[in-house]
Formats: sequence, structure tokens, C-alpha cells
Amino acid sequence: MSTEAIFGAEGAITVDAIYEGPAPKRIVVAYGFWIFLLSDIVLFSALFATYAVLVHATAGGPDGVQLFSQTRIAIETGCLLASSYTCGLMWMAIGARNPAATYLGAAVTFVLGAAFLALEIREFAGMIAAGATPQRSAFLSAFFTLVGSHGAHVTLGLIWLTVMMAQVATKGFVAAVTRRLACFSLFWHALDIIWVGIFTVVYLMGIRT
Amino acid sequence: MSILGKLSWSAIPIHEPEAMAASGLMIAGVIAVLLWTTARGYWPYLWREWLTSVDHKRIGVMYCVLALLMLLRGFIDAIMMRAQQAFAAGSSQGYLPPGHFDQIFSAHGTIMIFFMAMPFMIGLMNFAVPLQLGARDVAFPTLNSVSLWLTASGILLTNISLVIGEFAKTGWVAYPPLSELKFSPGVGVDYYLWSLQISGIGTLMTGINFVTTILKLRAPGMRYMRMPVFCWTALATNLLIVAAFPVLTATFAMLLLDRYLGFHFFTVDGQGNMMMYVNLFWVWGHPEVYILVLPAFGVFSEVIATFSGKPLFGYRSMVAATMAICILSFMVWLHHFFTMGASADVNGFFGIMSMIIAVPTGVKLFNWLFTMYGGRVRFTVSILWSLGFMVTFAIGGMTGVLLAVPPADFQLHNSLFLIAHFHNTIIGGVFFGAMAGYNYWFPKAFGFRLEERWGAGAFWCWLVGFYLAFMPLYVLGLMGMTRRMQHYDDLNWQPLLIVAAVGALVIMAGIGCIVVQLVVSIRTRELRRDTTGDPWNGRTLEWSTSSPPPPWNYALLPHVKGIDAFWAMKQQAPGEQAAHVQTAGYAPIEMPKNSATGFVTAFFAVITGFALIWHIWWMAGLGVFGALVTLLVFAWRDQDEIEIPAGELARIDRSYRAEAAT
Repeated sequence: MSTEAIFGAEGAITVDAIYEGPAPKRIVVAYGFWIFLLSDIVLFSALFATYAVLVHATAGGPDGVQLFSQTRIAIETGCLLASSYTCGLMWMAIGARNPAATYLGAAVTFVLGAAFLALEIREFAGMIAAGATPQRSAFLSAFFTLVGSHGAHVTLGLIWLTVMMAQVATKGFVAAVTRRLACFSLFWHALDIIWVGIFTVVYLMGIRT
Repeated sequence: MSILGKLSWSAIPIHEPEAMAASGLMIAGVIAVLLWTTARGYWPYLWREWLTSVDHKRIGVMYCVLALLMLLRGFIDAIMMRAQQAFAAGSSQGYLPPGHFDQIFSAHGTIMIFFMAMPFMIGLMNFAVPLQLGARDVAFPTLNSVSLWLTASGILLTNISLVIGEFAKTGWVAYPPLSELKFSPGVGVDYYLWSLQISGIGTLMTGINFVTTILKLRAPGMRYMRMPVFCWTALATNLLIVAAFPVLTATFAMLLLDRYLGFHFFTVDGQGNMMMYVNLFWVWGHPEVYILVLPAFGVFSEVIATFSGKPLFGYRSMVAATMAICILSFMVWLHHFFTMGASADVNGFFGIMSMIIAVPTGVKLFNWLFTMYGGRVRFTVSILWSLGFMVTFAIGGMTGVLLAVPPADFQLHNSLFLIAHFHNTIIGGVFFGAMAGYNYWFPKAFGFRLEERWGAGAFWCWLVGFYLAFMPLYVLGLMGMTRRMQHYDDLNWQPLLIVAAVGALVIMAGIGCIVVQLVVSIRTRELRRDTTGDPWNGRTLEWSTSSPPPPWNYALLPHVKGIDAFWAMKQQAPGEQAAHVQTAGYAPIEMPKNSATGFVTAFFAVITGFALIWHIWWMAGLGVFGALVTLLVFAWRDQDEIEIPAGELARIDRSYRAEAAT
């Protein structure tokens, strides 16, 4: 490597001194997906901001203290975080090109994700049955939309995971499939990050007031 | 509710002669084009080479075509408004009833921002950025095609509203509570929301695609501080898209939930908060202004450096100014509604931030001036637009600083002064930039230059027309005239509004010149052929390949050694250049295969959008299902690339170089 490549043309060290050209596809795809995840987090930040503004706008209806159950949320959170761990195990199985272990990891991830979703749906159904519908107040509109958007992401993730397993079964561990699995794995972990935000802002802070 | 939801024969606006005439004209135009294409047998060619193309250059051209068509549509709305306001004073009510006038100003704003200015800028970025970076395509070519066609879907839905149903009567910002179901029970707001949701997804994917392309696919040696300024501005714009568009999507989703499921985000009852919408809208909306204008700044930087025959003055400060604007643009949104009632401290903060953002813009203006200073300026059409921009945009920027002063804004809020200000920046900045870029890169896209005299005519008509049409609006704003008035009583306003209408007619002549310029240029293209690939004595890499470039852009990836890479290559001795070209070996390259995914997805997106607007739930389900199946088919295709053999690359590349050398 020439000195000019390390030091900039002006002789000073520049951060991008060594640049060898286009990145391989594996990197490009994951990088693009990271950018997508950031945009998704921005979408959630708009929903979080709205929730924060409307949290006290209960219009005489129930608030978080009356509605949220700590036990259920603890189990939900446990399921989702554990599913990220098993998703990590699945990723290791993919790295080892081990189909059986991959399916197992995916199955456990799926079951945990589905359990999370089932608990969330039960929570929603219970609230709606008690008259705490999203139409009741601005607070409840914001609550159902924020938490429900995360739930919708988890649902899409479960569908995506199923499709990916079908791809592993029919196509094997070809480059395109492992790239997509890497993206899925990033997506699934990002849902955890958003859930940590929801857990804190909606449930912990909601119960405290 | 019937099987067709809210849709019935009453949706066709038979009682509104203007609407029927407009839709009749539009339908006749579309049918004429379809028939002509069928009669000439162009469908297979169109399908193979354009509709299913994933080539960034083709996609860029299609974006620009869409934008030019929507310029016509948006301008028809504009001239109808100017005509109405020229007449509807005192006892006269003009020719447009209020309900129709409201739809026209809403459609004008929506179309010009989302379907004219944005596609034009995205089109230019699509065409030029990968070429300038020395890349073979964007990071995700098929996704790029999906983006294009989703934008087209939004455009189609908006235009369908002219024929079936109605468009929003809320203005292009659709503020609640007016845009809530209670006050806008028709489908107009739904057309607005779904068109923008669908095209917004396309725009977001463009943002992701271009950030990845610019950060990960540059040619060897193309360090950040060697990128052409247009690439820097494209990077800033696409970062803004990624950071801002999800906010718009979320905001519109909330308004949709209010309208469709009775939620209470922005309603008057249920303790909804309509100012939350206004805040979120402008958290997207102010960055959007820079999403539009930053690429235009990039175009001017390229055009001015090229035609002054000098490197851009202050490259580093230009980059710094661009990135500063990128960040500052998120800190000024509240200046769109100082009258909300925030405290003096809050208004003061946003007022000062808004004034600060004028500083990097001023830096840019001086850089362009210093680039021209001492240069041998060639007065091409592109440089005319650039000069017109510098004067016009400076005025628009200064009136913006006036509006950034909260006490002044309290007087001028929602007055015609504001309308004059943002047209001053968007026409003078974005549209002039689009035209400069269109004239600049046209020969690269098609292999021949645009005719110069009609091009200059277009510029002068637009410049004069712009000042005639919008300077009176500043005065009218100071006289107290508010925006969006279908009728007014103060006869003192009328003379100025007549001048503005005359200005609109002059702009119409300018649009006529643009059309004639294109037709004349195509007919006499042999006179202006570009065989060298470098018609302007350019500085950046896109001029180092043939015009039009081969699908792979560069048979051999260029190795970049500094800013203005192509200029540096041209400064080498001819022998040195030849040695560089001939000793390098050609290797086979993989090119992405054409794909109908984008077109088919868009087809289902239109079906879904239309069904949701009219509450035809089964059809919406069918549309979503169709889009999902399309995605799965794409995911299961086995071969997504085709290999171009080295021999073919070498043959095409050598024949271009031989022709360029003669």
C-alpha cells in the first residue's frame, strides 16, 4: 500500500484513507437492512412521542394504573427476550450449516414469539371487553397503536421466519437465503430494543403514576 | 353496505363541468397514448426495456418523465387558481365554486411537492449518483424499481380522484380537525392519505437504497472527500428521507386510524390533540424542504464548476454546509406554526435556529459565486438556470429570514407573503435546479444535447413569469390577503392578482418552450449527437463513459485519485491515458436481471389503495394478498443475475473508445 493511500493527498491522516472499492453483497445487504431498521425505529419514535403527549388524555376513562398487569407483562417480556436468545442460537446453527439445529432454533423462537403475541392479544381483548377500547380516549388510541404496532411487527416477523424456513428447506443455505436470515435476525433483535422502550415508557412508568 | 363499499355512480362528478372536462381530457390523453403504443407495437419493447428495467439510469429517466407530466397537471391547477383569483373580487364569484377551488389548491400542493419536485430530484439522483460514484448500479436494483412504481401508484391514485370521487379540500397539509371524518366525510382525504402512504413507502426505500449505495458502493479510491458534491447532497437528502419519512408514515397512519376506526389522536373529542399532528407533520415537513432543495444545490455545484472550467470553490466548506443543513433541518419545524401558542422561549429558540440555517446556505451561495469568479463561463442553458437560481433563491431566502422572526410571523402567518416565500424558494431553488440538471445530464442519458434556443426561451419565460406571478403576492400578503381564498371583497387586491395571473401565463409560455425544446431536440438530434461521452468538458466520472452509458456503466471500474476524477484523467498525457485503458484486463461482470416485481407490486398497491379509499374490504384483502404472492415469487426466483462475458464488455468498450477518439 502506498503512503498516499494511508495518508491523504494533503499528507494528513483521513478517516477514509483506505478505500478499496465496493463492498461485497453480504455487507451491502446487511448494511441496507440496518438503515431500514433505523427508519423503523424513527417510526416508533413518532408513536412514542405521541403516546407521551397523550398519556394523560384519558377523557375520564381508565389510565395505565387501572389497566396494566405487571405479572403478564413480566412473562411477555421474558418470552420475547428468550426468543432473541434462541434466535441467536439459530444463527449459530446457520453458521454451522446445520439444518436440523436451524429448524429447532427457529421452532423455539417461533413458539416464544407466538406466546408473546398470544399474551398481548389476551391483554388487548381483556381491555376491550372492559370497555377500555382505543375509541374510548386519546390515551387508549395512543396505547393500542404503539403497542399494537410492535405486535404487528412481531406477527410479520413470525410470518417471515416461517417463509425463511421454507426457503432453507427448498433452497438450502445458498447465499441469498443466509443473507435474508441475517436480516431476519437483525429484525428480531431490533424488536427487542423497541420492546424495552415500550416496557419502560408504557408499563413501568404507567404503573408508577 | 354494498359489495363495492362506498362506491356508486354518484362518485362520478357529472354536475361539475370543469371536473368532467378535465377528467375527459385526461382519459382521452391516456387512451390516445395507449392506442398509439399498441398501434406502433411498442409494448414488448416498453415492457422489456423500461417497465421491468432495474437499471438505475432507466429508472431515473422514468422518474423525470413522471415529474414532467405532473408538472403539467400541477400547473393546470395553478393557472385555474390564478384565473379564479383574478376575477372573483367584490360582486363576482368567479367560475369555481368553493368546494372545487378547495380541491384544486389541495391537489396543486400535493402534486407539486410529492409528485413533481420529489420524483424529479429522485430521478436526477437515480440517473447521476451511481455514475458519479463509479458504481455499476444502486445497492438494491429491484427495490429501486419497486420504489419507482410505488411512486407511480400514488400518482395514479391522486389522478383517479379527478374522475372517481373527489380530492381533499383540506390543503396539502390536511390539518385536523378539518381532515377528520366529522368535517371531511368524503373520500377526498382518503385519496390524499393513501396516495401519499403508498408513494411514501417507495420514497423511504429510495432513501435506504441510496444511503447504502453512497456509503458502500463507491469505486476504488473514491474516498468521502473525493465524492462529487452532488453525491454529498444526495447522501444528505437520503439520510433526511430515512429519518423523516417514517414520521410522515406514522402521522398519516394515526389520521387514518382516526378516520377509519374512530380513534382519537387528533379529534376534538376524546381529548385528542390536533397540534400533535401539526408538530409531527412538520417534523417531516421541514426536512422535506431540504430533501427537495439539497439535490438542487448539488446540481448547481456540478453545473457551475463545469461551465466555469474551474474546480468548485471551497469543496470542504460545501460538504460541511450540506451536512450542517442536514442536521439543522430537524431543529426548525416549529417555525411553520409560531401562532400555535408556544411560549416566547420556544418560539425564540425556533426563530433563531431558522435564522442560523440561512448561514450554511449563504456559504454555498458565496462558494458558487467564487467558483464563477475568474472562470471562463460558458452560458449554456444549465448555467442560465443556475444564475437565475442564485438571484431568485437569495431573495426567497431573505424573506424566509423575515418569516423566522416570530412577531413578524404572527402578522404574516398563512398570508400570501408566505405563499410568495415558499414558491420563491421551491421554484427558484428546486425547479430551477431540476431544469439545470435536466439540460446538463440529458445528453448523457440519450446521447444528444437539448436544443439551446428553446431552452433559453424556457428559462427567460420562467424567470420573468415567476417574478410577475409571485412578487405581487408579497405585497398582497402585507396588505392582509390570506392564502386559499376563493373570493375576496377588497377590490384593492384585484390589480395585483391580475398581474399575478399574467405571470402565470408567462410561466405557461415557459412550459410550452420546455415541450417544444424536447420535440425539436428529438427531431434534429443528429445535429447535436454526443459521440465522445463528454459534451460539456466535464469534471466528474459520469462523463468518462459513453452517452448513453452501457447498462453496466463502466466496463472497468475507474480508480479514483482525487476530486474531479475525470478532469484529472484528462490532464494526463494522451499516451498515459491510452496505456491506462488498454493494459487493463476485462473481467466478466454480474448484472441484475430485469424484474416485473416493481410493476406488479404497484399494480396490487393501486388496487389495495383504491379499495381502502372506497371501503371495499374484500378487494383490499385481495390486493394485499397479491402483493404478498409477488414478494414470495421474487424470493423464490433462482437466477437473479446475468453474467456479461468479458469479450462482450471489451468489444463494446473498445468501440466506444475508438468512436470517442475520432
